[in-house]
Amino acid sequence: MIRADSSILLEVHDLHANVEDTEILKGLNLTVKRGEIHAIMGLNGSGKSTFAKVLAGHPAYRMTGGEILFNGMDITSLAPEERARAGLFLAFQYPVEIPGVANDQFLRLAYNTVQRQRGKEELDPLEFDDFVREKMKLLDMNPGFLDRSVNEGFSGGEKKRNEILQMALLEPMLAVLDETDSGLDIDALRIVAKGVNQLASQDNALILVTHYQRLLDYIEPDYVHVMEAGRIIKTSGKELALELEAHGYDWISGDKTRASGVQP
Amino acid sequence: MSVALQHLVNQPYKHGFVTKIESDTAPKGLSEDTIRMVSSKKNEPAWLLDFRLEAYRRWLNMTAPAWQNVHYPEIDFQAISYYSAPKSKKKLASMDEVDPELLRTFEKLGVPMHERAALAGVAVDVIFDSVSVATTYKEKLAEVGIIFCSFSEAVHNHPELIKQYLGTVVPPGDNFYAALNSAVFTDGSFCFIPKGVKCPMDLSTYFRINTEESGQFERTLIVAEEGASVSYLEGCTAPRFDTNQLHAAVVELVALDNADIKYSTVQNWYAGDENGIGGIYNFVTKRGLARGRNSRISWTQVETGSAITWKYPSCILRGENSVGEFYSVAVTNNYQQADTGTKMVHIGANTRSTIVSKGIAAGHSNSSYRGLVRMTPTATNARNYSQCDSMLIGNKCGAHTFPYIQVKNNSAHVEHEASTSKIGEDQLFYFAQRGIDAEEAVSMIINGFCKEVFQQLPMEFAVEATKLLSLKLEGSVG
Repeated sequence: MIRADSSILLEVHDLHANVEDTEILKGLNLTVKRGEIHAIMGLNGSGKSTFAKVLAGHPAYRMTGGEILFNGMDITSLAPEERARAGLFLAFQYPVEIPGVANDQFLRLAYNTVQRQRGKEELDPLEFDDFVREKMKLLDMNPGFLDRSVNEGFSGGEKKRNEILQMALLEPMLAVLDETDSGLDIDALRIVAKGVNQLASQDNALILVTHYQRLLDYIEPDYVHVMEAGRIIKTSGKELALELEAHGYDWISGDKTRASGVQP
Repeated sequence: MSVALQHLVNQPYKHGFVTKIESDTAPKGLSEDTIRMVSSKKNEPAWLLDFRLEAYRRWLNMTAPAWQNVHYPEIDFQAISYYSAPKSKKKLASMDEVDPELLRTFEKLGVPMHERAALAGVAVDVIFDSVSVATTYKEKLAEVGIIFCSFSEAVHNHPELIKQYLGTVVPPGDNFYAALNSAVFTDGSFCFIPKGVKCPMDLSTYFRINTEESGQFERTLIVAEEGASVSYLEGCTAPRFDTNQLHAAVVELVALDNADIKYSTVQNWYAGDENGIGGIYNFVTKRGLARGRNSRISWTQVETGSAITWKYPSCILRGENSVGEFYSVAVTNNYQQADTGTKMVHIGANTRSTIVSKGIAAGHSNSSYRGLVRMTPTATNARNYSQCDSMLIGNKCGAHTFPYIQVKNNSAHVEHEASTSKIGEDQLFYFAQRGIDAEEAVSMIINGFCKEVFQQLPMEFAVEATKLLSLKLEGSVG
């Protein structure tokens, strides 16, 4: 299905999803246009991370209602790898360790898979090595990470940087950063944010899933959404994050009348 | 896939000769008379018949081992026919007649075109002249004095060598299945590398198998004299079928002073269908004797087939400073069962051994590592390092490790490490989120897991083995 407005990258309508038999998402609505940065905030258990995983198609989450249009295409029946190849990227909250698989091989396979999908040139190991080292400079990463097993024995901050490195390599249309700020010290946060900001453009979009305001000091959102009980209950500009920081989430929950799923 | 393959290979020969085959097959059952018949059919010398009969008498007093961690119905040894004249396989006129499923398998494995034809049973002269390849190969070896021929040929052409070495590593009464093999073995391979010769190429049974069937009781003997070295490849990655369910092979390796034998196997016998029906029972005794000083015996195996694998390629490290190595990848899927490992028996001083075992279990299968490290009282300063890793795919399979360590010398040093891991849904999702599908992901994880073993394989073999593993595990995840 092609929508008239080609500036719209993601449209989520009345999304419902379960983990096992528990409904976590209960009618979520969200529209993201190219060039926008959205922040989704909310308490633990409000469904933020579930939303990120449902978007990416994690097999443990079952969509029970609603629709997800990505770049005008209904992606709900697509496998996770197909969604990824279509340009949807998820930076994991807890990146998985894969012992025995060298990081550089993994990165190259992912890169070449996406390149192939886009009809672009694939890189051999030597070409890729030069290419990836350039990208690593952006994130102040030690090239030694290339020889190690994927995420194995990486510190929390190193894992997060490795996620952003993958984002830099794969150049997604939509990147969802799931609590990328958690576990980062202030220096690492600054580096990661710098990397993310350099990747943001008028053609792509970002969704930052976060608990705290502090990431938003470095990556400035166009919209801030607050989630509660599987739904977006409030949407506003970046100042909303500051108010949340000052008053806590209770401040919003107490006033359901302001709930809305649509941006101003 | 497997069912179609089995069907293809097991279909009866359509072009006659039925009576001829009948007349050349011994009646079922095992007795001294059967053995005399096998021996006389093969025109064997009296000493070899005596060897067989001694093995048979010992076998009569033995019982089949029951300690292994595998389950199968009792085998009726009297229901087997122990001699059959070499059968001509059904020949197909062209590749067009080959089952497309089989071709797909070859494609995935990357089996070279001319080998595909031979393996699929297409009359090879239609495609290429195999005789010339084999002949060139043999001539090249003969130039440097290497003997590489079928066991039967060796008995007639080099009886003194066979008499000198046969049974010196695996004696006729060694174990139940080895005794059975010693009594009734039909054919196999013989390889002799004379003093000081480094074999100029990898010796592969592939060049022999095309000409004759080795049968279910295969016998292999490899001797490397002083300073000689050889790399021997057994099997191939393409699926192999046999109507005989029980296979009991014996392989003996002898390395004299400063000799080096590297023995690599890729085993892909028919494993039964996805419900565990059918498949080969593979009971193999493989042992190398590092007889001389500074000799080295190295086993590398990639075991992917057979319904049951019972196999412990071992090293007897008798010579001072001798080295034993065992690198193994055993993959089981569906209802396969594997009980495999090694024995390192340290006798000489300063002997060293390394064991690296990787077991991968998927489906409802069961994979066991069983290994013995024995330091005898004379094994001064001997060392062993063992590493046994298991990987589980899914939650209905099992992986087990049974290490046996016996140390009778205070200066000996033994290390054992073990680990178990699992390919999880979260790992596969991580790959998927980067655009990589489950098949490629599993292949990458498995190759990482098996890296240390694959590094030991000759280059071409390693590439094929990598593909073979992916193929074996296809559909076991996601």
